[in-house]
Amino acid sequence: MDLSYGDEYEALRGELRQFLTRSWPLQGEEAKLGFPEQAALFRKRATEAGYLNRSIPKRYGGSEQPADVLTAQVIREEFGRAKAPGEARGIGTMMLVPTLLERGEEWQKEKWIPGSISGEITWCQGYSEPGSGSDLASLKTRGELVGDEWVINGQKIWTSGAQRADFMFCLTRTEPDAPKHAGISYLLIDMKQPGVDVRPLKQMTGGATFNEVFLNDVRAPADWIVGKRGEGWIVSRTTLKHERNSIGAATQTSVIFTALVRLAQRVEKNGAPAIRDPVVRQRLATLEGYVRAHQYSGYYQLTRDSKGESAGLIPLMNKLIGTTISQEAGKIGYDLVGEDALLAAGERTLGLMPKGNQGWVAQFMSSLGGSIAGGTANIQRNIIAERGLGLPRDAAADRSAGK
Amino acid sequence: MNFDLSEEQLLLQETVGQFVANECPPTRLRELFDADDGFDSVLWKGMIELGLGGITLPDEFGGAGLEMLDLAVVSEVLGHACAPGPFVPHSLAGLAIALGGSDEQKQRWLPRLASGETLGTVAICESGDRWQLEEWALAADGTLTGEKLHVPFASNADLLVVGVAGGGLVLVERDSTGVSVEEIDGADRTRRLFRVTFDGASCEPLPEGVAAAPRLRDAGLVLLAADAFGAARRLVDMSVEYAQTREQFGVTIGHFQALKHQLANMAVEVEPCRGLYWYAAHAFDHVAEEAERSAALAKSHITDRAMQVARDAVEAHGGIGFTWECDVQIWFKRVMFDRAFLGAPAFHRERAAQLAGW
Repeated sequence: MDLSYGDEYEALRGELRQFLTRSWPLQGEEAKLGFPEQAALFRKRATEAGYLNRSIPKRYGGSEQPADVLTAQVIREEFGRAKAPGEARGIGTMMLVPTLLERGEEWQKEKWIPGSISGEITWCQGYSEPGSGSDLASLKTRGELVGDEWVINGQKIWTSGAQRADFMFCLTRTEPDAPKHAGISYLLIDMKQPGVDVRPLKQMTGGATFNEVFLNDVRAPADWIVGKRGEGWIVSRTTLKHERNSIGAATQTSVIFTALVRLAQRVEKNGAPAIRDPVVRQRLATLEGYVRAHQYSGYYQLTRDSKGESAGLIPLMNKLIGTTISQEAGKIGYDLVGEDALLAAGERTLGLMPKGNQGWVAQFMSSLGGSIAGGTANIQRNIIAERGLGLPRDAAADRSAGK
Repeated sequence: MNFDLSEEQLLLQETVGQFVANECPPTRLRELFDADDGFDSVLWKGMIELGLGGITLPDEFGGAGLEMLDLAVVSEVLGHACAPGPFVPHSLAGLAIALGGSDEQKQRWLPRLASGETLGTVAICESGDRWQLEEWALAADGTLTGEKLHVPFASNADLLVVGVAGGGLVLVERDSTGVSVEEIDGADRTRRLFRVTFDGASCEPLPEGVAAAPRLRDAGLVLLAADAFGAARRLVDMSVEYAQTREQFGVTIGHFQALKHQLANMAVEVEPCRGLYWYAAHAFDHVAEEAERSAALAKSHITDRAMQVARDAVEAHGGIGFTWECDVQIWFKRVMFDRAFLGAPAFHRERAAQLAGW
């Protein structure tokens, strides 16, 4: 058992620190550019140095380095420490790029990957519909091939970032007579065209990070399809194989826990710092048990990944565990803010610590999103039970093409 | 970065696992659980022959010279199998002497403990839930007079390591004059408990006992956490197996989503816990400043999670789960022991809070 990374990786860490000291923040004239331009410039240099976009071939703008989870982890740590921009984040790099790499045509990769990883092209995901949530394959948005164009009609919902997105990757029913899963195609749609109507959805927290998107006679060229007609469901599952990085999620939860301890030290209960209260101490220490277990599971998964071995059930559980911790932190924080528990939610930027008492009101509410977004907690439990524990698959679910 | 067990540790787990599967199958386990005398000398002798008597004891005294993590991974396997016997108290007795004994005491006792010639145990708890070294009131003034509760396998042990007022440790030979033992009606019949009464019994202090006692506590917390983790994993497996065989409404009950979710929740409570005890064991030998707190968190978190999973396992088994004949009750009580021995989870959480400076 060794929680250090070893000499080879410490040498890499040294190199990274030198590179980052030289390269970020930008100097002179470049420092006067806006942040997005600065970030794009820096990402390009970091990619040329081999530190970013390592899994992407050079011909698509990546650095094409051998896969090594420990190298990737050390890079993330050092970029984080230097507060330097990492790889462009968002649904495009998380889902569309890996999907194109695995299933896209050569021209599609050349056209979309370089801009997506540099952050110049942004994407939104057209999956959920008002009537199709957990039962996604029941989706109804229609795509008809008219001449050499797809004509798309329907409504997507919970679409994060749709206001800003240049393109949408969209699950569309193109084969209405085929069985449920076999009638779907994976189409790419230009968002900047007539017929695309984006309406923000105001959340219970008061913020609006996602939208409804109405598609009325929206057009896409016939070859803006990934995979063949009717293969959209299978194509969309491609990215699910790429399990999320577990350490990242565990780091998030320990950041929230640290913030929670600070809150308990700051606020008072019965005339003393709340952290002196026996009940508060028990709740914090109980939560810390979960936070640490999650963190160590992340190290374990990383170790196993680096040896090309399975970490068993852990990868299937990360989302549910992270959600549980985030919600419990929200509940404890909410109980600590005293009469401010009557206030409206403050701003809560994802990935940042809750700010002020109203930030904790926001955490109390927004942590609920974790058990809904990206596969509900109950769907996660199905996955753990079926794929992890080997229990029978749900008889109610129609999985004609969903394997 | 290597947060995983070594090849040797995995092999050790496999060897011990095979041994207990062969020597203590469920039929034998049930027999022992119900027997008047719960000490299986054949099973214990086998464990000794595997080298489990002195895993962490120094080589020069016949031990294997290994670390707390090696000891803890064995404890996990024994918890998984619910193997009856004095592995934890015997290991702790040896550790106490290795950490706090004089050269002469080490020479005299450690080889015998490692070879199994002497069976050791620890006498820690006093009436009033006083498990902690700060709370010990039994005075050692050349001799001992008073009592200790919940001493595992005291009637079979040859040597007792006893916690005394002032936080030190003394050695008492069980067959010496003024020592009497009486079995307590313990729940976990895989680890029999005794009341030990001292009436002017002669005792021999460990010179470094005051320094060794907190280490002994931390080691105990880690071993109980590991045992509970093993037991909890087994309880999840037993519940999953049952769901795959029991039929109602014409299908195995594992088809029903309500039960699937319950089983998934149980697994989610248990699976991530291994790192907590691994790290606490690792810190015991390598990260002095985190050892105490990590042990407290591992014991409190894992034994609480395991206890709830044991309760869930009874429910998942339905009516049969509520009976004495169902094996779930044996593991349930194993976890009761792990949770209560050396102090309840809430107590160790409060210690963790203090140690964090909260």
